Amino acid sequence: MIQKQIAISVQKLKKSFKNISVLEGVDFEVKTGTVFALLGSNGAGKTTIVKILTTLLKQDSGTAIVNGFDVSSNPEKVRQSISLTGQFAAVDEILTGRENLIMIAKLRHLDNPRQIADDLLKRFGLNDAADRRVSTYSGGMRRRLDIAMSLAGEPQLIFLDEPTTGLDPEARIEVWNIVKELAGGGSTVFLTTQYLEEAEQLADIIAILHKGRIIAEGTLDELKKLFPPAKVEYIEKQPTLEDIFLAVVAIKEEN
Amino acid sequence: METIKTYFFMDVGVMFGRSMRHIFRSLDTIMTVTLSPIAIMLLFVFVLGGAIQIDTDNYVNYLLPGILLMTIANGIGYVSYRLLLDKQRGIFERFHSMPIARSAALWGHVLVSLVSNAISVTVIILIAFIMGFRSPAGVLPWLAVIGILGLFTLAMTWIAVIAGLSAKSADSAGAFAFVIHLLPFISSAFVPVESMPGPVRAFAENQPVTPIVDAIRALLSNQPAGNEIWSALAWCVAIMLWTYIFAVRVYKKQG
Repeated sequence: MIQKQIAISVQKLKKSFKNISVLEGVDFEVKTGTVFALLGSNGAGKTTIVKILTTLLKQDSGTAIVNGFDVSSNPEKVRQSISLTGQFAAVDEILTGRENLIMIAKLRHLDNPRQIADDLLKRFGLNDAADRRVSTYSGGMRRRLDIAMSLAGEPQLIFLDEPTTGLDPEARIEVWNIVKELAGGGSTVFLTTQYLEEAEQLADIIAILHKGRIIAEGTLDELKKLFPPAKVEYIEKQPTLEDIFLAVVAIKEEN
Repeated sequence: METIKTYFFMDVGVMFGRSMRHIFRSLDTIMTVTLSPIAIMLLFVFVLGGAIQIDTDNYVNYLLPGILLMTIANGIGYVSYRLLLDKQRGIFERFHSMPIARSAALWGHVLVSLVSNAISVTVIILIAFIMGFRSPAGVLPWLAVIGILGLFTLAMTWIAVIAGLSAKSADSAGAFAFVIHLLPFISSAFVPVESMPGPVRAFAENQPVTPIVDAIRALLSNQPAGNEIWSALAWCVAIMLWTYIFAVRVYKKQG
């Protein structure tokens, strides 16, 4: 039963490319049903960890257990219970949105791929664009389709590698809402991001990866306690450009 | 492992269907592939042909086998290109993180290469027919020709797979085709090798295009073609095996 409650367990994970050491002994655990955010700047090794956990890359040493299966000795079993949404929307541009979803449902050997595609199209607001080629989609729509493809077959554990990088603010909020919905539905989500706000908004547990090691890990509140206690100061809060942009766009849409 | 094996053909089928959609939604690629062989055929038959001294009353008949090989050499460029796109857009990563046979994605591309090249080759044969190509060959020789062309396509396709997998950009993905394009010119495709100076002739006689061209030419004109056929088959199979082994190694290494 203990294994059932731990979705990912990583111990002393090391990986280097040629002579450059990327991961220098990474340890962490992700509990089932939580959203875990791996926070780090570009080149910190986030994607390398995701690739090892999703069986795309072999570690040099250390162990990684995903859904109770070792990624290096039992990759087939791992693949059956996970899904990966990579850094770039991995959608087929020449196919339509519907065809993309049907293709993935078929590759997962699910019954009734058409029905699954219909449901996902509806759920992700892609009904109107379902039969258009993906090359005509906006960046946000591609990302939505990308995540929808990952959810075919309801995998227990969802990897999202920098899901909002390169998206405009509106699309980013859409993705956030999707992740919140997934978390609400009890899925385990492993998220990497370089945006602090994203981790703050979405994650139950945040781990900070820096130079190949996890240097801090915990809930947002726990992480806050690592720093000197907050002083109360009064500062006039100016709206950020993002606030202004979203407000202006919202007003325009209402008209 | 059991389930993966049972589903292998189904998965390859899905991949095949996907790539076939690519072909039929971009039929201009067939035009691009056939355009330059048609141009070369016109050039040689109606411009240079008069000056070429060959013991034949129908130069189109003489020329066609070499033109067919050029068409295939053109066609496989798109295999590299499509593979490169799949790699760059993260589509391979998505497939590889799913519980499907790893090689299914590759085989889809390879099978589609056979189909698209068959279409291009048919177009060329029809054009040649309009230009005066005639063949007294019966069903069996034609089947042998199709078999040789199929093997040649497979051999070339695996070369294209290596190029596509190891290329960093679309330009370098197509660069290898340049060498393959030159080979028919230094072979018996346009003029008999006996007319070439010593070293060039030695090269022409000992490179794959010459025996393949000779075999197809003999088959199409109902001449005995024993030695040429075996030599052509040996070249095709040898190239195919080497390139296949190498391509699979590159594919595995890329994780």
